[in-house]
Amino acid sequence: MSVLVKIPTQLRPVAGGEAEAQIDGATVQEVLDGLFERFEELRVRIADDDGSLRRFVNVYVAGEDIRFLDGLATPVADGAEMTILPAVAGG
Amino acid sequence: MAVSHLECKECKAQYPLEALYVCEQCFGPLQVAYDHTRLGHDVGELRRRIQGGPQNIWRYADFLPLAGGPPGPSGRLASRVGLPAGCTPLIRADRLAARLGLREVWVKNDAANPTHSFKDRVVSVAVTRARELGFQTIACASTGNLANSVAAHGAALGLDSYVFIPADLEEQKILATGVYGTNLVGVKGNYDDVNRLCTELCAERDWAFVNINMRPYYAEGSKTLAFEIAEQLGWELPDRCVVPIASGSLFTKIARGFEEWGELGLIEGTPPRMNGAQAQGCSPVASAFAAGHDVCRPVKPSTIAKSLAIGNPADGPYALDLARRTGGSVDAVSDEEIRAGIKLLAETTGVFTETAGGVTTAVLAKLAARGDIDPDERVVLVITGEGLKTLDAVRGSFETHTIEPSVESFQAGVPEPLTV
Repeated sequence: MSVLVKIPTQLRPVAGGEAEAQIDGATVQEVLDGLFERFEELRVRIADDDGSLRRFVNVYVAGEDIRFLDGLATPVADGAEMTILPAVAGG
Repeated sequence: MAVSHLECKECKAQYPLEALYVCEQCFGPLQVAYDHTRLGHDVGELRRRIQGGPQNIWRYADFLPLAGGPPGPSGRLASRVGLPAGCTPLIRADRLAARLGLREVWVKNDAANPTHSFKDRVVSVAVTRARELGFQTIACASTGNLANSVAAHGAALGLDSYVFIPADLEEQKILATGVYGTNLVGVKGNYDDVNRLCTELCAERDWAFVNINMRPYYAEGSKTLAFEIAEQLGWELPDRCVVPIASGSLFTKIARGFEEWGELGLIEGTPPRMNGAQAQGCSPVASAFAAGHDVCRPVKPSTIAKSLAIGNPADGPYALDLARRTGGSVDAVSDEEIRAGIKLLAETTGVFTETAGGVTTAVLAKLAARGDIDPDERVVLVITGEGLKTLDAVRGSFETHTIEPSVESFQAGVPEPLTV
């Protein structure tokens, strides 16, 4: 299953300059793992040592914050869109 | 000027003073760093310098992130360009204090700003910095008050503006935005949806989103509330501040303002206890405080306090840390308590606030009732917005005596004043 991951500008320098990537995976965790495999440097930027996402990283599947879904275990459908964004905006 | 660079609040990585808001190393938020050594150590001279400034936030330009100093010509008549914000009244509220069993309560009425909310402070700073950086278009994601302010500042300064709001916002806030001739965009979703959309758009457009890519500068504007409170109290600190929390930026930056002036010797004493106020229908920070967590779990807002309806607060962790560090708290109140808070403030001070001010007043009442406040404390209640913007909250809360135009009808239909 392939998912379109949208990469924020702040991370594009460590993602080969790409704004998007097609990654295989059935859950958010699997897609992130696939993304980190392709762009190793991305991992240290947004994930903690224990593999969880840093607290200022938001991930959305089809526009919904994964914390309202099943977190990293949230299933992603084939062709879905997954967006990574900084959490420090607004207010 | 004293502004030095941007730095990551988490990992302390440094960045130039550009339209940046996220650390590329760890994704943490960026904040403005200063070098105040050029201000010297003569506190009296520094105070006179502030007092000799204009009657608006630019009197604090030494502590704001502008490379070129305050906008406009120099001197005491300076900075009457754009929409000068600040220098709002600090009112001694003895009748409110008496009602709550307290001794000394002050109301900082920030509804007395050009577009009737504290947002004019942050927008003035963000937009002035945006002009320094050469932006032609300003934008924001807003719960309403920011929308008013960004649209008005765009009009005053001749900049194009785009204002994104949840489509179901109060009518008064929509009308008081569109009138300035902005590009008003109603998004079908809540504020957090609007914020996510704008964060995405921010990467695609060469615009200054005041609360996204300009957020480090924008947030600094809130410090001027602390500066004014201290100056208006005769260069003294309050013992406690009660402040509403939406994203947590205002709450944390007011404390930062007191700390910064304390470090410079402009004020002395212990920084105030900081009490945050949220509505129960959107209380991610209050819930995390009560549960002892150091991060907030996002919520879907459902409250009449729409200007505080941010379910995913960017500065939540810092707000929690501040409340705990100063011996304060973060409390939440119901919609019914919010309406009662609006009435309480109006009936005891003559200040008519919007729902966010109802939240703040209701939390003060709650703290007083709970015995959290020593009666000898000097408490400042920060009122951030205007009641005329959320009229529905008071509809049906009082009776109008409708009579015939005759003395007999008046005597029959209207009660005499209560005499003590």
